[in-house]
Amino acid sequence: MSSQDIPEKNLPAEQGHAHGAVGTVEGDPFADPGMPPHEHRIQDIDERAAKRSERVVALLFTVSMLATIGFIASYVAIPHDKSIYLFPLGHISAQNFALGVTLGVALFTIGAGAVHWARTLMSDVEIADERHAIEAPAEVSEKVKADFRLGAEESQLGRRKLIRNTMFGALALVPLSGVVLLRDLGPLPEEKLRHTIWRKGKLLVNMNTDEPLRPSDVAVGSLTFAKPEGLEEHDHDFQNEIAKAALMIVRLQPDDIKDKRELEWSHEGIVAYSKICTHVGCPISLYEQQTHHVLCPCHQSTFDLSDGARVIFGPAGHALPQLRIGVNDEGYLEALGDFEEPVGPAFWERG
Amino acid sequence: MKKLSARRRHPLAAVVVLLLALAATGGLYAVFAPAGKAQAEETAQSMAIDEGKKLYSVGCATCHGTGGQGTSDGPSLVGVGAAAVDFQVGTGRMPAQQPGAQVPKKKVIYTQAEIDQLAAYIASLGAGPAVPTEEKYGPEGADIAAGGELFRTNCAQCHNFTGKGGALTNGKFAPNLEGVSAKHIYEAMQTGPQNMPSFPDTTLSEKNKKDIIAYLDAVNGDKTESAGGLELGGLGPVSEGLFGWIFGLGTLIAVAAWVAARTAKAKKS
Repeated sequence: MSSQDIPEKNLPAEQGHAHGAVGTVEGDPFADPGMPPHEHRIQDIDERAAKRSERVVALLFTVSMLATIGFIASYVAIPHDKSIYLFPLGHISAQNFALGVTLGVALFTIGAGAVHWARTLMSDVEIADERHAIEAPAEVSEKVKADFRLGAEESQLGRRKLIRNTMFGALALVPLSGVVLLRDLGPLPEEKLRHTIWRKGKLLVNMNTDEPLRPSDVAVGSLTFAKPEGLEEHDHDFQNEIAKAALMIVRLQPDDIKDKRELEWSHEGIVAYSKICTHVGCPISLYEQQTHHVLCPCHQSTFDLSDGARVIFGPAGHALPQLRIGVNDEGYLEALGDFEEPVGPAFWERG
Repeated sequence: MKKLSARRRHPLAAVVVLLLALAATGGLYAVFAPAGKAQAEETAQSMAIDEGKKLYSVGCATCHGTGGQGTSDGPSLVGVGAAAVDFQVGTGRMPAQQPGAQVPKKKVIYTQAEIDQLAAYIASLGAGPAVPTEEKYGPEGADIAAGGELFRTNCAQCHNFTGKGGALTNGKFAPNLEGVSAKHIYEAMQTGPQNMPSFPDTTLSEKNKKDIIAYLDAVNGDKTESAGGLELGGLGPVSEGLFGWIFGLGTLIAVAAWVAARTAKAKKS
């Protein structure tokens, strides 16, 4: 709408100054200048423009209704596995796209309608309101204080010390019942963090094939993940146990192993390390077979598997625990005990 | 005997001796020389090895040594097998352009026939994994769901859960597996190129490898159709978060500024 459309006769020529004239007070440069004169919108003075705004708002709300119907229709009508090609997005599920667009339009047009309504039709006259103190009048305040004093006196709380002291005791003890209930949020961890289900004689079972590993299966430069014999994926406590017992098996040239204890605990260069990062317990297995480094994907802690899994970078606090392994009579790799130290992240009482 | 020695100065004696010598040489040759037809295959094989050796001396020996024994610039190739050659040369990684953290994939400069000859030569240096046949990596009989589980256990830590690749230490990276042929994926698992650990058949069976390849083809292949549209690299929260913060929040701020803006007035001030 151009300014020519505004009927001049409707312009309240002097009205603006009536609301709060910008009066300059001689001699006081910091005087409150008051509010700027209110300016009318086209809709305030031209009923036709106001009608147009009303229709725009109604149209936006109507579009929202149609979009909601469209949402329901596309949910019902479009098969969920139909794929379409849309230029900047590429291949996309037709139903996903239709649901997103219709729901987006339905919500956006409600908002846009409300905003347009507020900006063009609701009153925009500026209003100033003085601040007032929020305290009660003096006499009310006096009355309440007097009532309180009288009540305290009549209750004899100050005089009968026995009642007062036992009441304080009772109130102090009541919250304890809530504290006791917290005990049952879960069992205490006890020694669970210190032990895994690895025991002397447990075979190392390949996670891929579910078969026990032989030394000849593990080639130099290869990476294998193992679980303890007897732990099956459908077991009730599989997740709890594998979270501690998960094992990463690599084979190095025995000459490449720098750490003496690592060499002793290995079998022909095959070493078994905990797969749980000692920082916050992410599964760690980004193994670089030429450098023998293992990188944790969460916070980039890096361990050197040729040197006792020493931390060479990142926030991890201590080396990955190594599992001592050997070979049983039938030629399968077996554990020679549990980990010597708790696996995974440090905890308060770890020591 | 006397008769024979009496004629030793006969003018034809030299001719007779020469004929006898020629017959003996020819006979011996006929006895010891390789039998033609039966040996044809072996000859083709040794020819491939010879051709491969020539190619090797020109293209590879500078770093890997004249007999494949390795130098300070390149590892020994004894026992790496034909599969390693087919992967490294077939994806253009070898011959390497320059030393660095990692040798990247680039344009393949040998023909498949030349690669086969090189592979034959390297395989002759020591036993190693052979180039897999189509039935090992083809999609027939593969279990995609099992492959997904195996991929997430063994590969996803470096290559991302749909094989989009990821970063490693000091400039090394696990490459995106999109567009890598099934044969090359199989060979990479078998041989463990560069810093990738190997997954030999003894720990990751042939069937396991086939399943993994089928899974990758399903989630990151040519015909994979993402239900979500724009993938933003498929890297997870990093790129999606960046998009959300910049475009999502940017739009919200723009709308908020517009809502609070001064409304249009009838009289221009």
